[in-house]
Amino acid sequence: MGADAHHHKETFITKYIFSQDHKMISKQYLITGLVMGIVGIAMSLLFRLQLAWPEQPFGVFESLLGKWAPDGVMDPNVYLALVTIHGTIMVFFVLTAGLSGTFSNLLIPLQIGARDMASGFLNMVSYWLFFLSSVVMVISLFVESGPAAAGWTVYPPLSALPQAQPGSGLGMTLWLVSMAIFIASSLLGSLNYIVTVINLRTKGMSMTRLPLTIWAFFVTAIIGVVSFPVLLSAALLLIMDRSFGTSFFLSDIFIQGEVLHFQGGSPVLYEHLFWFLGHPEVYIVLLPALGITSEVLATNARKPIFGYRAMVASILAIAFLSTIVWGHHMFISGMNPFLGSVFTFTTLLIAIPSAVKAFNYITTLWKGNLQLNPAMLFSIGLVSTFITGGLTGIILGDSTLDINVHDTYFVVAHFHLVMGISALYGLFAGVYHWFPKMFGRMLNKNLGYIHFWVTAICAYGVFFPMHFIGMAGLPRRYYTNTAFPYFDDLADINVVITIFALIAGAAQLVFLYNFIHSMFYGKKTEQNPWRSTTLEWTAPVKHIHGNWEGDIPEVHRWAYDYSKPGQKEDFVPQHIPLAKGEEELQH
Amino acid sequence: MTALLTITVLVLVGIALWQITKIFEVSQLGRKKDDSQVANDKDNDLQGKLMFAFLVFIYLITIYSFWAWGDVLLPEAASEHGVDYDRLMWISFALIFFVQTITQALLHYFSYKYRGEKDKKALFYADNDRLEFIWTIIPVITLAGLILYGLYTWTNIMNIEEDDEALIVELYAQQFNWKARYAGADNVLGDANVRFLQDFDGLNVIGIDASDPNGLDDIVVQELHLPVGRKVIFKMRSQDVLHSAYMPHFRAQMNCVPGMITEFAFTPTITTDEMRMNPDMVAKVEKINKIRYENSQELIANGEEALEPYQFDYLLLCNKICGASHYNMQMKIIVEEEKDFNKWLAEQSTFAETIQ
Repeated sequence: MGADAHHHKETFITKYIFSQDHKMISKQYLITGLVMGIVGIAMSLLFRLQLAWPEQPFGVFESLLGKWAPDGVMDPNVYLALVTIHGTIMVFFVLTAGLSGTFSNLLIPLQIGARDMASGFLNMVSYWLFFLSSVVMVISLFVESGPAAAGWTVYPPLSALPQAQPGSGLGMTLWLVSMAIFIASSLLGSLNYIVTVINLRTKGMSMTRLPLTIWAFFVTAIIGVVSFPVLLSAALLLIMDRSFGTSFFLSDIFIQGEVLHFQGGSPVLYEHLFWFLGHPEVYIVLLPALGITSEVLATNARKPIFGYRAMVASILAIAFLSTIVWGHHMFISGMNPFLGSVFTFTTLLIAIPSAVKAFNYITTLWKGNLQLNPAMLFSIGLVSTFITGGLTGIILGDSTLDINVHDTYFVVAHFHLVMGISALYGLFAGVYHWFPKMFGRMLNKNLGYIHFWVTAICAYGVFFPMHFIGMAGLPRRYYTNTAFPYFDDLADINVVITIFALIAGAAQLVFLYNFIHSMFYGKKTEQNPWRSTTLEWTAPVKHIHGNWEGDIPEVHRWAYDYSKPGQKEDFVPQHIPLAKGEEELQH
Repeated sequence: MTALLTITVLVLVGIALWQITKIFEVSQLGRKKDDSQVANDKDNDLQGKLMFAFLVFIYLITIYSFWAWGDVLLPEAASEHGVDYDRLMWISFALIFFVQTITQALLHYFSYKYRGEKDKKALFYADNDRLEFIWTIIPVITLAGLILYGLYTWTNIMNIEEDDEALIVELYAQQFNWKARYAGADNVLGDANVRFLQDFDGLNVIGIDASDPNGLDDIVVQELHLPVGRKVIFKMRSQDVLHSAYMPHFRAQMNCVPGMITEFAFTPTITTDEMRMNPDMVAKVEKINKIRYENSQELIANGEEALEPYQFDYLLLCNKICGASHYNMQMKIIVEEEKDFNKWLAEQSTFAETIQ
């Protein structure tokens, strides 16, 4: 089917806009994700300014927020809207679509040896639905009553009742519509990835020879298909409660001097439905980043990834466990404490495969010949933040300890390090590593180094102190902490955090400059700049439909024959047949 | 303090800039022959060393944070179970620190030690079942211990037995304030529902069912008083959106959910007066008042009112996003001797008195 694809005549529209080519779609995902990322990160800088210097007038507020920042002082409703949309954009639009969408699309066909995705059309529809949902989300920022402001988890009744806050009016409706479209996009994408990996592997590419990137994308897609529909149902039920007077999540409510008719629903039901997606979502974000890290670490360490089978097993274990731990977000929601015990048990179990992964990464570095390219630095950085952030999960996953740190800055520190920063590092590692594959040019390494080091220092500078203010009992999502003199001694720490955040934001400009400049003026790449073993580097630099001229390469070995004894080069690509007498590693 | 922090940040930025220029210089040296944008030996050498420096940075920021901000961590527990909570917390923390120190050291040291050289070859080392087994089984054993200890504590905290001795208090949440209801002489809370809120011209502020005799002696207040040493069982309600009753000094938190009654219980062990005398707390309050004094000077200079000096009180905060004034939804908690508590309670009016 793909073989005749390059006979089609291409117009500008079919090539750059409604493209069905996975490589173009991958670029579309990346660029849309980056644009949304700029919006999301800019929002975080705005509310960080407010947190460091509460209720101070800032010119930037007045110019960006207009009537929502009278005289330059941010309004509390806007603060809540900013944290809500920041969370939504970063989790879904940047780290789900931007990360998984980009690299699943780019790498699945290229690394398994397929001419394109199983369905190019669905793939295109998936991207355009994502684009549409991004547009709706951005439009929601401009409605009269403001965007959704109930936190990215949009718990009802706050999100269900327009009387409860301005953000629960039209802004919330648009949020729900945007998410419903997003979920449709994600499901189409995921189904396509699953089918492609199962059916379109080239000759010799057995499941046990798949690069770990593909394993990660494959399992991520499965988790998405299992859990996203549940969020869709939650969103639909919430739409019904909001607009059609049903009582799925609402009961016994008195607001603005009026008793509402709702009877018999429960917000706790919504929490269950939301977190049934919400927790697997963490791994939907993280697994692709870990997959990319496995690939980048092995390539740049010039060593096989340590414990390939254990890595695959831990991906599968994490995927399975991720669907039965959602309740750890709800220890104090009012659900039965016995359920809390069960979820503590399953949650702490997930630390085991995570620990295995971390140790395997460290061992992969041991006695390697590390090529410290920017992608490699981001991958090492990922392992570092994954450990730092993951360890505090032992505290939050323990129902007892969660009681006092639940919804404090301790949680903010934890999840930003373990999934936010780690996944972002995975995204950056992927971009630095596969930029040559995407655009045929190299990113400037020195700018990459600057980008990494400033970001790495600031990431710890921002999130490490947050553990302290969280342990002091400071709740998250507070517009200002000045209402509690008890927290006055934390004000300094908030200033420090904001300064680091601003520097980190500036460092991303270096990356953006590098990205855009290199796209057009970067040094032209060789076919296999990192001397990697995987199939994508056997495809020509110039993108062609169907990926390979002539036959698709056949695979004869696993993806990690780096520095194999008895070989001349320190890497043997997957399509090179075993030499006489050479044994393939049993794995 | 602020000055010190600013200096630290400036120093860090300075170091960062210095490193950046250094990187730039190094890159300039190699530029003539190598512009491949792939790391060469010089890059590997510098970046490997920076990796090691980063390890030092992680350790330093950890030590600095504890030195500068260690005093804000977990204030002294003022409830019976709070002591168990803190013990479990510090055990978990000790474990985390141990693992963090070792793994970060290995990760960054390897990144430094095995930085690439052109003629070196990596060790082909793909698998070792024994190693995998070791680092599976060690977390299994450690976590099993933590899980068992955690669940034991959790069950103790959450297993709320209704005994006659316990004081029953309802916490009532609404946008954006808290109210509390005591059960009165019969120690039984009367039935309540939002549908009764509009009875008695709005005097029925938390919607008690006037036809339920148990409710007539109930007492509704705006300030929470608790007797020291007696178990308090909280029944929590919300009239509009989700709220969360968070009492950090008592290691207590539970969501308030419209349409349902949630529960939490603890026994306060330290009175407000005692806590105010606690040396750590005295130091903290002094520090806060110094900050407030400095801020006041600034305010006065701008012709505004000075801040009031701060005195310690236990807090009930809202810890579930609930709308615009979420950040200011609070109630003062006063823990006192039983006789003072009884005296205070006797001065409050009952529901029957309120609606007359």
